[in-house]
Amino acid sequence: MWRFLGRRFVQMLITLLLFQAVTYFLIDAQPGDIADLLTLDPNIPPAERERLRAQLGLDRPPAERFITYIGNFYRGNLGVSFQEYPRPVIDIIKERLPRTVVLFLTASILSFWTGFVTGKILAWRRGGWIEYASTITGVTLYTVFTPWFALMMIWLFAVALNWLPAGKFLDPLKWLDAPISANAVFARMIWSSFFALVIVFVGFWFSNRVPRRQRLVLRAASLLVPLVGMLLYWRLSGLGFYAWDIARHLILPVLTVTLIAYGGTMLLTRTSMLETLREDYVLTARAKGLPDKVVRDKHVARNALLPVWTGLVFSLGNSVSGGIITETIFSWPGIGLTLLNSALVADIPVAMGTLTVVGVMTLISHLIADIGYAFLDPRIRYH
Amino acid sequence: MAEATATTEHVYVPLWRVRLSLFWKSLRTNWAMFSENPIGLIGLGVILFFALFALAHPILMNTIWEPRVYDPISGYDMEIPFHPSPPSARHLLGTDPLGRDILSQLMYSTRYEFALGILSAVVTVVIATTIGAVSAYYGGIIDTILMRLADLVIMVPFLPILIVLSALTDVGMIELALVIGLLSGFGGTTIIIKSQALTIKVKPFIEAARVAGGSDFHIIFRHMIPNLLPISLLYMMFVVTGAIFSEAVLSYFGLTTIQMSWGIMINTTQLFGYLLRFDTWYLLIPASLAITLLCAAFYLVGRALDEVVNPRLRRR
Repeated sequence: MWRFLGRRFVQMLITLLLFQAVTYFLIDAQPGDIADLLTLDPNIPPAERERLRAQLGLDRPPAERFITYIGNFYRGNLGVSFQEYPRPVIDIIKERLPRTVVLFLTASILSFWTGFVTGKILAWRRGGWIEYASTITGVTLYTVFTPWFALMMIWLFAVALNWLPAGKFLDPLKWLDAPISANAVFARMIWSSFFALVIVFVGFWFSNRVPRRQRLVLRAASLLVPLVGMLLYWRLSGLGFYAWDIARHLILPVLTVTLIAYGGTMLLTRTSMLETLREDYVLTARAKGLPDKVVRDKHVARNALLPVWTGLVFSLGNSVSGGIITETIFSWPGIGLTLLNSALVADIPVAMGTLTVVGVMTLISHLIADIGYAFLDPRIRYH
Repeated sequence: MAEATATTEHVYVPLWRVRLSLFWKSLRTNWAMFSENPIGLIGLGVILFFALFALAHPILMNTIWEPRVYDPISGYDMEIPFHPSPPSARHLLGTDPLGRDILSQLMYSTRYEFALGILSAVVTVVIATTIGAVSAYYGGIIDTILMRLADLVIMVPFLPILIVLSALTDVGMIELALVIGLLSGFGGTTIIIKSQALTIKVKPFIEAARVAGGSDFHIIFRHMIPNLLPISLLYMMFVVTGAIFSEAVLSYFGLTTIQMSWGIMINTTQLFGYLLRFDTWYLLIPASLAITLLCAAFYLVGRALDEVVNPRLRRR
């Protein structure tokens, strides 16, 4: 396993380098450069223009510039944003990346879980109107024009019902006399929810290993302890008000992304379940007289999980791309919105930086997929 | 000798007619399988509807619609004092903020959506089938290079690359179709078609063709690719969905130089600030619904074709 990981890591680095080379030369091949932008004023003499180009290193050949860029990149220097001059690109990415990761990780896990559970049940009950209704819902959610769907969600929940804010990361009016910055509050939110989730997960993990009566107590405790802990933490720190503001802004984008990803997962689980149901061991399990629930959850669903897992990981990769759409429509200041804005104003360092981050995220999700296979299917071994 | 020619003349049928009748027969059996699935038929119906929709536009423009008023790009209706105007007998879906007829725009854009989808799908399929067959047939170093390239292309985030490209250069319909076709042709579709080509490569008829002295080129193009076409056709459908979706998103962000498309219609709505107002629903909903319906239709036909082409999913 470790050798596999090591080799995989080297492969990933090579792929990333190739990816960076492709994007760098693609962007470099576009007409015009930053010197043209900085010297838009026609009164600037040509000599001065050339001096600026030399100063910025634009007169050197592209290959040399690329090597410099890569050298700087792996030393953590991604250049300086043109748009928010002199802010380093790495700062911008550090600020925006957690927001994107939180949004898509939450939505992906939620949609995967709900999609798998409902797909499982739907495959078990074939025929009738339920099948048609679920297929239509699934296909609609899967193929709906995402920007429109997001707009309809905003319209419904933010405009017509007025339950949730329409977009953005926070409400600036509430933050006028905030003791610490929004990013600090957000970091605390991430850590506290991470610990709470770990407690819930460990609790449920152990509850499967204890007798039935203790199981319920353990499960209730592992849900209640983090909940009370979270409430106490935010109450005592006095930041609860601010955390709630961010959380409120998070609900609608998460809900939208979840629903969009839900359709695909549900349909995929259903198809995969239907294929597995035809296997002989399912017939054997039924013939043994096992209860339906056990056959469904332990024999069929466990084996139907593999293609769905692939689907989840590919959708993770896609959701980074699709994130641009969702983040733009909800004005959620994550990586996707940053990429779009920087591309629109030709802020090349930021565009390159965010594009690389997106590439790294895709690579990592593919790696997670491969590791996940080994856990899900004991027959798959990596050497 | 004379008797022998007489009998062969009696049963002689030209080769093209044999091929045609075989083709017709397989088409009929496949259609029977396809039409069992109501989902595929619904998809096909929607596609036909949009095709008619696209065809009707030039006819309407030449007969009952006056070009000065109903032109999708430069038309303006002076008889209505305030634009956008809600649906009326004159404009069945109302007018946009620039006074242009929305139904006319919708119909006019349809043909470009079809052209874009089909062009990118054809580019994808030509590239993916050729690469898949070549890489499966030769194996070795060629296979390794082409498949690593496919891995790299799969990793490239599709939409971000398109956004960066179209922000920095002028991207029109044809460029967009080519880029989408290239990206999906070198990526995921290739890998799926190659895995199919591997199963064809070991079939006896390939061996027979080689024994008969067929060149590599002949074997790949006359024996392997015709057998890969059904699965290529299937992936064409999914590429069409992706292409229409990408075009709509890019146009909605205002990154393309396309004059009129469904995405541009939504972009116009946004530019004039009518996006989140439900009283002007006719600006947003027709175009969005058209994108959704056409994407869904191609996806559904693809799913139904999957059951015809993919023997594992067949019910019998």
